[in-house]
Amino acid sequence: MATRDRDVFDSLGNGLSALGGWIDQRFPMTKLVKEHATEYYAAKNFNVWYGFGVLALVVLVIQLLTGIWLTMNYKPSAEGAFASVEYIMRDVDWGWLIRYMHSTGASAFFIVVYLHMFRGLMYGSYKKPRELVWLIGMGIYLLLMAEAFFGYLLPWGNMSYWGAQVIVSLFGAIPVVGEGLAEWIRGDYYISDITLNRFFAFHVIAVPLMLVLLVVVHIMALHEVGSLNPDGIEIKEQKGPDGKPLDGVPFHPYHTAKDLVIIIVFLIAFAGVVFFAPEMGGYFLEHANFEPADPLQTPEHIAPVWYFTPFYAILRAVPDKLLGVTLMGLAVLLPALLPWLDRCRVKSIRYRSWVYKVALGVFAASFLALGYVGLQPATGIYPMLSRVFTVLYFAFFLLMPFYTRYEKTKPVPTRVTQ
Amino acid sequence: MRRKVAAAAAAAAFAALTTLVAFGAGEEIELAPANTNIKNTASLQRGAKYFVNYCLGCHSAQYVRYNKLAEGLLLTEDQLIDSLIFSDQQPFDTMTNAMRNEDAERWFGIDPPDLSLIARARGVDYIYNFLRGFYVDESSATGANNIVLPNTAMPHVLWELQGLRRPIYEHSEGEAAAPVLTGFEVVRPGLLSEAEYDQVARDISNFLDYIGEPMQLERRSLGIKVIGFLLVFLLIAWMLKKEIWKDVA
Repeated sequence: MATRDRDVFDSLGNGLSALGGWIDQRFPMTKLVKEHATEYYAAKNFNVWYGFGVLALVVLVIQLLTGIWLTMNYKPSAEGAFASVEYIMRDVDWGWLIRYMHSTGASAFFIVVYLHMFRGLMYGSYKKPRELVWLIGMGIYLLLMAEAFFGYLLPWGNMSYWGAQVIVSLFGAIPVVGEGLAEWIRGDYYISDITLNRFFAFHVIAVPLMLVLLVVVHIMALHEVGSLNPDGIEIKEQKGPDGKPLDGVPFHPYHTAKDLVIIIVFLIAFAGVVFFAPEMGGYFLEHANFEPADPLQTPEHIAPVWYFTPFYAILRAVPDKLLGVTLMGLAVLLPALLPWLDRCRVKSIRYRSWVYKVALGVFAASFLALGYVGLQPATGIYPMLSRVFTVLYFAFFLLMPFYTRYEKTKPVPTRVTQ
Repeated sequence: MRRKVAAAAAAAAFAALTTLVAFGAGEEIELAPANTNIKNTASLQRGAKYFVNYCLGCHSAQYVRYNKLAEGLLLTEDQLIDSLIFSDQQPFDTMTNAMRNEDAERWFGIDPPDLSLIARARGVDYIYNFLRGFYVDESSATGANNIVLPNTAMPHVLWELQGLRRPIYEHSEGEAAAPVLTGFEVVRPGLLSEAEYDQVARDISNFLDYIGEPMQLERRSLGIKVIGFLLVFLLIAWMLKKEIWKDVA
């Protein structure tokens, strides 16, 4: 009996390795697995901040899969969109679960991406030689914003409608070509069925395709230069006699095992929202969006979904529309210049001066404060607060070449610390 | 014409963007808690009965399918047909009504909104207080007004149950000061006591909450199972991680 079992497994194993060899002669399968997993070395001292990259990938997969299934029953027309979403919620088997996963996934995407980017700010992940990794990441972030914006119109609720109306009208602020540009984007004189159809095309085909492509490029660029670590040390510089980094462990099975734990913790939080608070108090699914789009009636309080509110607050901080739009655009794009704005040679915040720690703390606080102000009506103290935090937000970037130049840094160890 | 609409829309959007005044922020009335319970099937069944009797004539619930509703409310198909379907509709139809939009707009000045999602848009407390908030107002076309939604086009459909009442205003000293609503006097008593009427309003609110998201009970119970599974999976993954990392210094 025992010998027969082994025979079966032996022949199965032989068959599989023969198949593997057959593929390897035609496609670099084993080579890719080695390069990107079993022989890709990453530092052994990753902390939890290093989990948000893989979480972004997990959310991307959730969004792609739930998105495909939503598309099977969604109708991209002004006549049918709102009703088809309710049809999914009520009459499609498990439709409500798929839809809540997708709507929660949208917010989760921004949470993990913002934390992923903040990790980069803390440990200097954007610094030489990782400038391209950072720039590609910024490209992914811009695509993500576009994806969220296009997708938000699709339920065709009243907030969808007026949110899109407000954002598209921002292009109208551009001198000379602005109005024509806004009209070109809408494909109509106002947000209409035509706009919905083209936004649908962008949301389900064009942007996801570019997103997936850029994510692959992001990871390829990262694996070329190697992942950094909380100490900001290049582990490639300290290799053992076998030529392997002394402070590195193979991505698989070490980091995959660690990531699995992080992914499950994330999924528990994700399930908590999906099953117990899918509206998240009106922040993930807004109350006004449960009323169908009505071109003749604005919602009482138009505000974008929470992940755009920091930039929305910057837009509203300026009384002049064109200047506001310009500042908002700059606020989104400025982080792309970080590799060149930051003059400090030390990468990790662990060994940088108190000046940078304070600056980063003020920046993070400003970003959160702007996000809060952007959700409030522009009355009372809020416009003043939005101006103060806008100044602080920009000061972090624009003054960076000066306050990072002569930083008093601590000595950086040659090996990672635990 | 289209350009004008577009320009108006853009202007409205920009006005909303730059000023963003919260409408009526000054005189928001405090909403009494509805204290509904979505697990109370008897309340949901009563709410469904009131809904088809008093609301469905004008308001549809076009996304709610009768047979799915019966399933959720633990009614048999015979009970459904006997007590909830008064038209020639079939159990697999959705809760629409026969009133034409043109007629509605001629009669009320506005097409009564579909109520499938009203609880999700406005909240349960809003509905509860709206249903309790009617009072006599001769200046309105329907003879009724509402403290929650001033100048509502909706007549007081439930007046027989609640009775009719007139607001009492207190005029404060200053000439400019607006009169303050201090209470109501009963003009004509209803069939129900105040507590009984509140329960009717609560049942209808509960029903509207339910049809706003019929899967809400199911989703919570499924959520407990999913998270339970993930916790077990987490333990196993944690042990696997420990095992794999034990040789890393």
